[in-house]
Amino acid sequence: MKKSLFFGALTVATLIGAAAHASTLDDVKARGKLNCGVTTGLVGFAAPDANGVWQGFDVAVCRAVAAAIFGDPMAVNFVPTTGATRFTALASGEVDLLSRVTTWTFTRDTDLKFDFAAVAYYDGQGFMVPKSLGVTSAKDLDGATICIQTGTTTELNLADYFRANNMSYEPVPIETNAEGQQQFLAGACDVYTTDASGLAATRAAFEHPGDYIILPEIISKEPLGPVVRHGDNDWGDLVRWTFYALVAAEEYGITSANVDEMAAAPTQNPEINRILGTEGDLGAMIGLDKDWAVKAIKAGGNYGEIFEKNIGENTPVGLARGLNAQWKQGGLQYAMPFR
Amino acid sequence: MAEAASHTTSYVRDKMLPQAEPPTLQKGAIKWMRDNLFSGWLNSILTIVSIYVIWAVVSDLFPWFANSIWRADSLTQCREIRNATVGADAPAACFAVIVDRWQQLLFGFYPREFYWRPILSLVVMLTALMPVLFPRLPRAALLWSVSAPFVIFFLLWGGSVWFPLAAALGFVIGAVAWRLVSAASGALLGVLAAIILPIIYWLYFAAPLADGLAGSVPLGLEAVPSKQFGGFMLSVVIGISGIVLSLPLGILLALGRQSPLFIINKLSVGFIEIIRGVPLIVWLFTASLLLNYFLPPGTNFDLMLRVIIMVTLFASAYIAEVVRGGLAALPKGQYEAADALGLDYWKSMRLIILPQALKIAIPGIVNTFIGLFKDTTLVVFIGLLDPIGLTNAIRASTDWNGIYWELFLFIALMFFVFCFSMGRYSLYLEKKLRREHR
Repeated sequence: MKKSLFFGALTVATLIGAAAHASTLDDVKARGKLNCGVTTGLVGFAAPDANGVWQGFDVAVCRAVAAAIFGDPMAVNFVPTTGATRFTALASGEVDLLSRVTTWTFTRDTDLKFDFAAVAYYDGQGFMVPKSLGVTSAKDLDGATICIQTGTTTELNLADYFRANNMSYEPVPIETNAEGQQQFLAGACDVYTTDASGLAATRAAFEHPGDYIILPEIISKEPLGPVVRHGDNDWGDLVRWTFYALVAAEEYGITSANVDEMAAAPTQNPEINRILGTEGDLGAMIGLDKDWAVKAIKAGGNYGEIFEKNIGENTPVGLARGLNAQWKQGGLQYAMPFR
Repeated sequence: MAEAASHTTSYVRDKMLPQAEPPTLQKGAIKWMRDNLFSGWLNSILTIVSIYVIWAVVSDLFPWFANSIWRADSLTQCREIRNATVGADAPAACFAVIVDRWQQLLFGFYPREFYWRPILSLVVMLTALMPVLFPRLPRAALLWSVSAPFVIFFLLWGGSVWFPLAAALGFVIGAVAWRLVSAASGALLGVLAAIILPIIYWLYFAAPLADGLAGSVPLGLEAVPSKQFGGFMLSVVIGISGIVLSLPLGILLALGRQSPLFIINKLSVGFIEIIRGVPLIVWLFTASLLLNYFLPPGTNFDLMLRVIIMVTLFASAYIAEVVRGGLAALPKGQYEAADALGLDYWKSMRLIILPQALKIAIPGIVNTFIGLFKDTTLVVFIGLLDPIGLTNAIRASTDWNGIYWELFLFIALMFFVFCFSMGRYSLYLEKKLRREHR
């Protein structure tokens, strides 16, 4: 392939480099596409389908942001990132937005110079056991052998939890989730522990999922959400309020099916009117069109629709809303007022 | 007369006896088995143990293959079909995942309507290799080999046709400069001109020229960004680029390491030892993470290109050592003979030393290439979706969550085909080039 590749790309690189570093929104608009970092594949959250189109919960967040900017949910370049490359990809500007089951922690927010726009999914570490073990609570797990991914926060959480409850356990270290599934099925450990959403997805793939139960205890907080770079607050605001528009849409009963109808003329509810741009002009304040939220909601539906379509109870992943229900239903999803 | 003879010499047989059958134990399958499988008590025991092991493996795997299911939409459906046809919990491969996703495993996210482009590139590559591999073809065909990289680049990445043409023009400028300047004022100046002029051209003139031409005569294919490359195609593009680029670089490094010129010598040694002393995965992380920090912010230096550069540098260090082995194996007389003929350094290398050294080094070189090609799967760790990375992505869809062996088997088969043909070609080349008397 000779040097043409090298020099060709070098020229391209210099050209792009020369195109200065304006605000993220301007960059995205100039490019015509949103660069969105996702996982290299996680059931229910991000995965390419047979046609190479990315699907999933995290993906839907990217698509909503792209739709709010361009009116086209497909105007996204998905950049698969691993746990090791995700933060560099974001910091270096390779991606504009990281929507990759990333836990909001103190150091990531401050030391790594990122901003978490919102919490898209409240996750937590759970336990899965075979039904035949006859265990119904994590408190009964004293002396169990537990399959655990090494070098993760789950490992530390597990140690904390068992120490706090004065119990002992025997760890079976594993490297990847795939290995964990195989070890657990082969009976190498009594218990498999990881994030509850991952447990549900893993269980769904089993030959006989009914033979295994996920224990009710959740032993850690894993708030997962879209991440942006520190420093460009306008861009952070755009992502945050696009996400809140999806959450608020569910609260006020705006769905992908009726959003056009509700946006056609002002409704009785001024909050809905402000979200949908039939009253006031909130869109202009974040550099977007009046109907930005309409476009975002049309992309994949409101928060509830996205949840149900990708990880909800009718999908193989089968997650209950739990903490991710609307605040009026006893959950934590709470959109700030649109005013 | 015959009768008389039979009377007088009764002890001589006058008729040929028909050949007797050898004893049952000394013929056919039984003899072969006695010779090869049961030639002693120890061998007999080993044979029986081996047969048992083979039987155990085959009897385990055979039903899995025999019951394989090729048409289903998901793993769940596969299991339903299996339960309906061969019974619950029977071993059965679910190759339906390959039927569903083979295009993705081969081409990644390359747009489906453009699949003809990578396929045509493969054809271009194979035809371009012909004149290099088989010297009986006319030498003019080498021109095609030289232009093939640009054709392939254009086909795979698309965009304006003027861009690769403008880049290729740089090499033409270099060649012309070398001809003219070295004829006028000596070889050293010629080499310098051949290096400096094209670089000036690439840095300052190539891009405006390509843009200008593209503006006036827009001609080209739809551009496909490298982000959409994936699957086996990604492995092949990275692998072949690495192979093609690392061979000349490696030869230069090997020569540099032998050079008596102090700076060139030490630079080559340093380069080889540093690159070789650090694992490839570290270089890949350097390419994907560190370069992002070194380059000015906002620069988006194509990740795939960074990987190709790193893989090339890595392989060239190994090639350099393999070639050095070849150079060291040549008797000193060959070098002296070249000097005695009055050849200058480059001529003696090109005509006498390198052809012999490379011939000795062929098995090592091909070995390095095969290793390099398989090492491309390491890019999975920096988030490029090569075939291994895609298995993870495919498993992440709710349809195929929980499927392992079928995907890995398919990938293994594809890699085997490639590596095995490389190995065969190296054997062919060794036989063809064998000159010494044995």
